[in-house]
Amino acid sequence: MHILYAILIGPFVTMAREPAFLIEVLIGGLLAGVMYSLVALGFVLIYKASGVFNYAQGTMVLFAALTFVGMLEAGLPVLLSLVAVIAVMIVLAFAVERMVLRPLVNQSEIILFMSTLGISYFLVGLGQILWGGDVHPLDIGIPSGPLTVHGILINQLDLYAAIVAGTLVAALALFFQKTRVGRALRAVADDHQAAMSVGIPLKQIWVFIWAIAGLVALAAGIMWGASLGVQFSLELVALKALPVLILGGFTSIPGAIVGGLIVGATEKLGEVFWGPVIGSGVEDWFAYILALIFLLFRPQGLFGERIIQRV
Amino acid sequence: MLYREVGQFRTSYAADQAIFPIRQDRFGMLALLLVAYIAVPLMANEYWLSTIFVPFFVFSLAALGLNILTGYAGQLSLGTGGFMAVGAFTAYKLATAFPGLNIVLVFVAAGIVTALVGLLFGIPSLRIKGFYLAVATLAAQFFLIWLFVKVAWFQNYSPSGVITAPPRAVFGHFFVTGPEALPAYKYWFTLTFAAVLALAAKNMVRGATGRKWMAIRDMDIAAEIIGIRPLSTKLLAFAVSSFYIGIAGALWAFIYTASVEALAFDIDRSFQILFMIIIGGLGSILGSFLGAAFIILLPIFLNNLPDQLGLHVGVALVTNLQDIIYGALIVSFLIAEPNGLAALWRIGKEKLRLWPFPH
Repeated sequence: MHILYAILIGPFVTMAREPAFLIEVLIGGLLAGVMYSLVALGFVLIYKASGVFNYAQGTMVLFAALTFVGMLEAGLPVLLSLVAVIAVMIVLAFAVERMVLRPLVNQSEIILFMSTLGISYFLVGLGQILWGGDVHPLDIGIPSGPLTVHGILINQLDLYAAIVAGTLVAALALFFQKTRVGRALRAVADDHQAAMSVGIPLKQIWVFIWAIAGLVALAAGIMWGASLGVQFSLELVALKALPVLILGGFTSIPGAIVGGLIVGATEKLGEVFWGPVIGSGVEDWFAYILALIFLLFRPQGLFGERIIQRV
Repeated sequence: MLYREVGQFRTSYAADQAIFPIRQDRFGMLALLLVAYIAVPLMANEYWLSTIFVPFFVFSLAALGLNILTGYAGQLSLGTGGFMAVGAFTAYKLATAFPGLNIVLVFVAAGIVTALVGLLFGIPSLRIKGFYLAVATLAAQFFLIWLFVKVAWFQNYSPSGVITAPPRAVFGHFFVTGPEALPAYKYWFTLTFAAVLALAAKNMVRGATGRKWMAIRDMDIAAEIIGIRPLSTKLLAFAVSSFYIGIAGALWAFIYTASVEALAFDIDRSFQILFMIIIGGLGSILGSFLGAAFIILLPIFLNNLPDQLGLHVGVALVTNLQDIIYGALIVSFLIAEPNGLAALWRIGKEKLRLWPFPH
């Protein structure tokens, strides 16, 4: 009886008693969720355009951030190293398309997924040889102190991350809706064969989408790195993006954002209010169980395309 | 010339439906078992037995389990590590709570408990498919590992969170776990489990059960229309697969490492076993064994390579280079033979059949 009360009722009583604290936790969670969204965004872009479940997205985030930090530490100015990292990510996109995707065209999804695991191993090894396995602090001049609004503490860095994510999503939406390449990308996402038959070059599109995913990875990596330092053990953080994906749907950009916010908020609430009752570390799996239960009711995620199957 | 079924007429249904209908396969299997049971323990030294052959059979069993689920029934799972942990911790709890219980029974019971857990996490598979399901099985992975780390009851309140296998013997005094266990006994013990379960799997996949699984894998709606129940078929695949994986986990904890913590079964373990079945061949019993051998031997080979070449490089560099080579090898392997090592074997058999003619 006591344990039931502690799990089912107790946390809500705590919440009701301290509304300011609840809002603080909620905002902290939502802002953390923005970070997840940034990682999930890269997954969605690639899955939409090429049907590849890109496990290496998490590694790409760290690889981009690590390269950026490495160049800064080598003494390059911020802008120049930014350009250099973007160049590196574009080269990576070319390499992936040429050496992995093109030979594996028409293979089943699971084979493509495994190949991205291979890419992930490759990047981890390469990144550590180039830049070492230590934690690199990343300071890009964003103030990191807490900000107090109406008695509620907000981490400034998280706020900037939210702004960056918002800008990025807006820019991507504009790019997808208003440019020629964006339209081609949407066409490919809708139907590969139809896109090819109206003359859209699939190979170039793949390079393009991997390059864009690389840039999103860079943005995510810089924001992650600024708050936690850059190190490959953070790779697991990228796994947090997966429940975001299934919540939001693999093919939906708004889904990635909303999913990220939901995961971030519920995870923090779970850790802060239920953690003391059932043990700490709830964060590790809370989002997954949430996503699992959610999927039982809506198998395609919040905004995913309805899966229609015909025999 | 050697491998040709010409002249082998099957005159009864029993002969036609045998597990190995071709005589060469039957004798080959027998010879293989004889080599494994007698020649290997005589020839191999302790190091080979306990650090290569025992983990090889443990991994093969786990790969076999995952192959039943992913390769035959088509349900992609990333929760293998979590299910192995269930097997390991159940076996530990049973062995310490009932000291008189035969160790074989303990392992089978651990497999059954894992099967029940697998059944539970298999329920969403009716509604969700493909990568959605794969990510959903990650829930099992993370939740189970967290459970075994956080709840001290599972580790019998050991302060370090490490469980150590109590000494147990089979047939009275042949110790297979604990300090007195001989590598040869451990080897025979794991080999027997692997051989019996592999034979059972081979039998299962050629019969009605396996055909139902494959029908669901190839197209679930079509399978449903011809009268296969998706729910029971998928759940059975989850249960059988988890049974195998649970026994593999128990063998890992008791026979291979003797003491283990829950984090040994983390997500990397799941990926490792997934690699095994991809490289070995999806939907192939033989492939599970070949893939396990490949993934076990590759790091050992990569570790020794610099020494063999006479190069002296730092430990950190070697680990990182290993990652790079591992990743590159996986990608190039997938490009060269997406159907795995088992497909190579199949092609080889076809060639043997026609030899010395090319067509």
